[in-house]
Amino acid sequence: MRAISWIAVNVFKESVRDRVPYSLVLFAVLLMGASYLIGQLTAGQDVKIIKDLGLAAIAIFGLFIAIFIGIGLVSKEVERRSIYPLLAKPISRPQFIVGKYAGLVLTLAANVAVMTLALYAVLAYLTYTESPEFRDAWDAPGVDPRMLKAIVLIFVELMVVTAIALLFSTFSTPILAAALTFGLYVAGHFNTDLRNFDQVVESRPAVLLARAAYHVLPDLSAFDVKTEVVHGLPVTFGYIGTTLAYGLAYITALILTSVVIFSRRDFK
Amino acid sequence: MAAAIRIDALTKDYWVGFWRKRPYRALDTLSLEVQPGEVFGFLGPNGAGKTTTLKLLMQLIFPTSGQAEILGRPLGDVGARQRIGYLPENPSFYDYLTAEELLQYYARLFGYSGTDARRRTATLLDRVGIGAERRGQQLRKYSKGMVQRVGIAQALLNDPDVIFLDEPMSGLDPLGRRDVRALILELRDEGRTVFFSSHILADAEALCNRVAVVSGGRLAAEGRLSEILAFQARGWELVVADVRPEVLARLAPQIRRSTGIAAHRYALELPIESRPAAILSELVAAGATLVSLNPLRDTLEDFFVRRVAEMRDEAREGYGGNHRMSGAGAREGAQKDDEGHARD
Repeated sequence: MRAISWIAVNVFKESVRDRVPYSLVLFAVLLMGASYLIGQLTAGQDVKIIKDLGLAAIAIFGLFIAIFIGIGLVSKEVERRSIYPLLAKPISRPQFIVGKYAGLVLTLAANVAVMTLALYAVLAYLTYTESPEFRDAWDAPGVDPRMLKAIVLIFVELMVVTAIALLFSTFSTPILAAALTFGLYVAGHFNTDLRNFDQVVESRPAVLLARAAYHVLPDLSAFDVKTEVVHGLPVTFGYIGTTLAYGLAYITALILTSVVIFSRRDFK
Repeated sequence: MAAAIRIDALTKDYWVGFWRKRPYRALDTLSLEVQPGEVFGFLGPNGAGKTTTLKLLMQLIFPTSGQAEILGRPLGDVGARQRIGYLPENPSFYDYLTAEELLQYYARLFGYSGTDARRRTATLLDRVGIGAERRGQQLRKYSKGMVQRVGIAQALLNDPDVIFLDEPMSGLDPLGRRDVRALILELRDEGRTVFFSSHILADAEALCNRVAVVSGGRLAAEGRLSEILAFQARGWELVVADVRPEVLARLAPQIRRSTGIAAHRYALELPIESRPAAILSELVAAGATLVSLNPLRDTLEDFFVRRVAEMRDEAREGYGGNHRMSGAGAREGAQKDDEGHARD
């Protein structure tokens, strides 16, 4: 556990030194600029648009961090040969994998936390400056704690994407790993279409294949409750709990697969 | 006493080729033992299998067959690594960290507390000559020689019993090489086992109790330097002064080669089976003066070059079995030997 935490801290340090936090500045500037412009163009709908934009931005910025750091988590260590002295230390290969994953999740958590704070700050400002008549017409309060439900699910989705990137990073090049991870991300968001494939295709083998793919590919659309939250629709804790359990089970399977592949790998 | 390192028939095959994979034997049934407290030189040309052996011992790659133990424990035993230090060939570290941060990170992996990690880091950076003014700089600003010094420091972090150094002199200037030689001798004096690979034979001659020579993935020779080289005495060198040419001409049948090194001063090479005392008596009787008489021995380099050439001849004649695969595999193997990159 001790070794895992030190490896994780080093990943976090690397992302900070690689200027990942600059993305947060970009996020804040984007959000403030957008809120100013939207405030000029819309009447009464600006808070809803800012929520939409803010949640989407958290998901997209997090996705970029998860993919572009995730694909290099292992392959970069191998490429620059820093893995040689590291694996000669008293750590096991599973500890290395889990530590690397934990480090990137820590980086993502810090980034998502800061972006969430920035989003709430902008929403608080808009609520404060908006007239009471307009405020009463909103579907949901400006500073709505229920948004955290969407943000928690975005974070777990990013954890799944990170685990996918880590898996590909254990055996392929960064470019291939990025392509495969992004491909799975896109496929994961259209996964429900695979479940309903029989409604549009009659071929039995194709339907069975689609059904198998549905069960193997991650169902990332389940993590997307942004629309519900922005429009004040209910998202039950039961749904959140089930989705979290699904996400954690999927992550565990991905990490175990990464460990199995990495534990057998030769570093020529 | 149990061996510090025991290698038993260790073999490593790689699969080469893109479409039709063929086996390529990088290391062929290597067996060795290194005793505690020895400085052991692991010698061979580029591509001989030195780095492959070290990577196998560090479990960076896995053997096709055979086994090995370090400090009586099987390879891959995480606990044994607590007592092992390793410097890879041309080491590369996290260049966004400073030397201090890197060593402290590794020290924490060894279980040192924060205070102990800082103390140990400072001691080792002193020991390898990284001054206080450079310790706060990121490693990306370090020269190759300085990175090598940091690499040596990290290999000693845990006060190891066994230290593996892969080409430790690589990238160092003459002063750096002298420092590393002194450091290895200090480690030997402290009773540690040092296993180092090199193709710089002068280092091995200066430092090692025993050496092994590998070529083409196979053990070519192993033993104490004195044993290896003693058997290779190939004659005598007699240096004499005040020698008249007619005396030299008379003795010519008994002399393999005569080289004039100054006026009336000659270095005479005598065959091993000759009787240098009798020749010297004749020379002295004719008015010559003895300057020196020494056995002519192979240097380690002579031995190394000859043995490696023999091993290559054997491999070409098919003695190596499947070591050098036939056809395209053999050509690829030869090319790898020349490039010396994949396995060494």
